[in-house]
Amino acid sequence: MTATAILMSVSFSADWPWYLAGPAIGLFVPVLLILGNKLFGLSSNLRHLCSAVVPGNVEYFRYDWKQTGLWNLLFVGGILLGGFLASHWGGSQNIAISEQTRLALMKLGIHDFSGMAPRELFTWSALPTLKGFVSIVVGGFLVGFGTAYAGGCTSGHAISGLADLQLSSLIAVVGFFAGGLIATHFLLPLFL
Amino acid sequence: MRTMSNESTREQTTQAQGQSGIVLLAYILLGIGFGIALTKSEVVSWFRIQEMFRFQSPRMYEIIASAIAVAAASIALIKKLGLKTTSGEPITIPPKTLGNGIRYAVGGTIFGLGWALTGACPGPLFALVGDGVTVMIVAIVSAMAGTWLYGVLRPKLPH
Repeated sequence: MTATAILMSVSFSADWPWYLAGPAIGLFVPVLLILGNKLFGLSSNLRHLCSAVVPGNVEYFRYDWKQTGLWNLLFVGGILLGGFLASHWGGSQNIAISEQTRLALMKLGIHDFSGMAPRELFTWSALPTLKGFVSIVVGGFLVGFGTAYAGGCTSGHAISGLADLQLSSLIAVVGFFAGGLIATHFLLPLFL
Repeated sequence: MRTMSNESTREQTTQAQGQSGIVLLAYILLGIGFGIALTKSEVVSWFRIQEMFRFQSPRMYEIIASAIAVAAASIALIKKLGLKTTSGEPITIPPKTLGNGIRYAVGGTIFGLGWALTGACPGPLFALVGDGVTVMIVAIVSAMAGTWLYGVLRPKLPH
């Protein structure tokens, strides 16, 4: 609750410096543990959603999602609301990326640098194009499959897992970066 | 006697419901705080993820490293002091089973590919929908499909 109060009080300034953003994110680990013994990790929500909507005959989805996952689904619903609040009552949404990155992306054909994600890829009208489809549908699918197989994502492995000094999380995080580097340097130039 | 025990049971039930209602509300409020933090720190931005994977700014690394440092210090403190949850149970963090590690290496790499393509991990996907990038609803449904396929293939995959 203290974390929420702190976040609320500083939420109105535009982009936070890293030394505020990082610790604020990290604080969710102890707050969730103390509130209800919950381990901070967001990808399990994809499993809970499958379990709630399309469990089928698959053993992996046959469990009481309300019992295990309701808190996390509420948390992720809150994230959606928080994103809405932050983007409507904050400062500008233009991301001040480095000049090098801007130039590299322009070479790949990205020209619109307004907003959180390039409109050339992440809009409904871009969805049926090759680059939009790969970015949104293929990317999303890999996120869902990969996090389920690895048993966690950035929050569950990179933050909670590494903070708890788990070797499995270290292996997963090395994998995250291997995959991210391959996609950035080899896949993006193929379809952008 | 019977009436008394009934009444006390009812009282306990009401208390439990009230408690859980407040706790559930707290998860929503915490989620709102986290969504604001994700957006204001810009870690939900495809541009920031690209900058990170191109090693052209320390920002994302500073954010992730300081988040881990704060979380690690907090966990160490919780363990050292033997802190309990708000409802009085001991705090436990279940260790992940390592196995042969293949699921972490392969699953992690597959997620990494998706992370760079969408520019978002599972939490930010939801924050982005709130931010107005509504087409990310499709990415979330596609991510559910990916998780669903994993559920089907799980018995055949090495873990």
